[in-house]
Amino acid sequence: MASALIRVPERARRGEVIEIRALIGHPMETGYRRTQHGDRIPRDIIRTFTCAYNGTEVFRAELHPAIAANPFIAFTTLATESGTITLTWAGDNGFSATESAAIVVE
Amino acid sequence: MLLAAGAVALAGVIVTRPARATPASMQEAIAKVVGAAPVTPGKVKLELPPLVENGNAVPLVVKVESPMTVADHVKAIHVFTEKNPQPNVVSVFLGPRAGRASVSTRMRLADTQTVVAIGELSDGTFWSDRADVVVTLAACLEEP
Repeated sequence: MASALIRVPERARRGEVIEIRALIGHPMETGYRRTQHGDRIPRDIIRTFTCAYNGTEVFRAELHPAIAANPFIAFTTLATESGTITLTWAGDNGFSATESAAIVVE
Repeated sequence: MLLAAGAVALAGVIVTRPARATPASMQEAIAKVVGAAPVTPGKVKLELPPLVENGNAVPLVVKVESPMTVADHVKAIHVFTEKNPQPNVVSVFLGPRAGRASVSTRMRLADTQTVVAIGELSDGTFWSDRADVVVTLAACLEEP
């Protein structure tokens, strides 16, 4: 299945801006390529990526076929409280993946 | 005379690539996002390498100048291309909890072209930046 790599700092000071990086294995098939026989390869992409901080959505991205295979996304968020950061990817053909990481805010 | 020849050659290039997004379709995609609001150059910084060897994975960073407070923050960042099959690349939605308006990803580039990033602020204004990229090996064309 899909393998995701995420990087979330383990510890942060309250109010600090932390960077979250996420990489997931996915072909991001554009739907514009053809096989050697001329058949169109159907689109198979990740369409949305969301980040929830203790259940509250803090970041969302809508992806299009112009995003490279194995999508990488890096963004920032404020370290508000200790808890869990959950990253979710969803896409064509029922694709869904979730990764989470714990963060301690002091 | 030369100018006319150039215009004909350019028209030829455009006509032979009907499947591609064009600057016009990019404008349409932008209009869908911004509506009738004016888009002002500034505040947004789109970082892309000027020369790309492989268009399959091109790193880009978009930053928007903003204090990112509840009263004044960046709501969304949109990226568009002129000559990929579709003009949309990515739209991200953030808020004051982002702390900074800065997003990185990797995109495909089907051709040498201009990429446009638009930042949507909480006061309803739109700001933009553009980057010209020269691509030597285009994405999307190779067969698996």
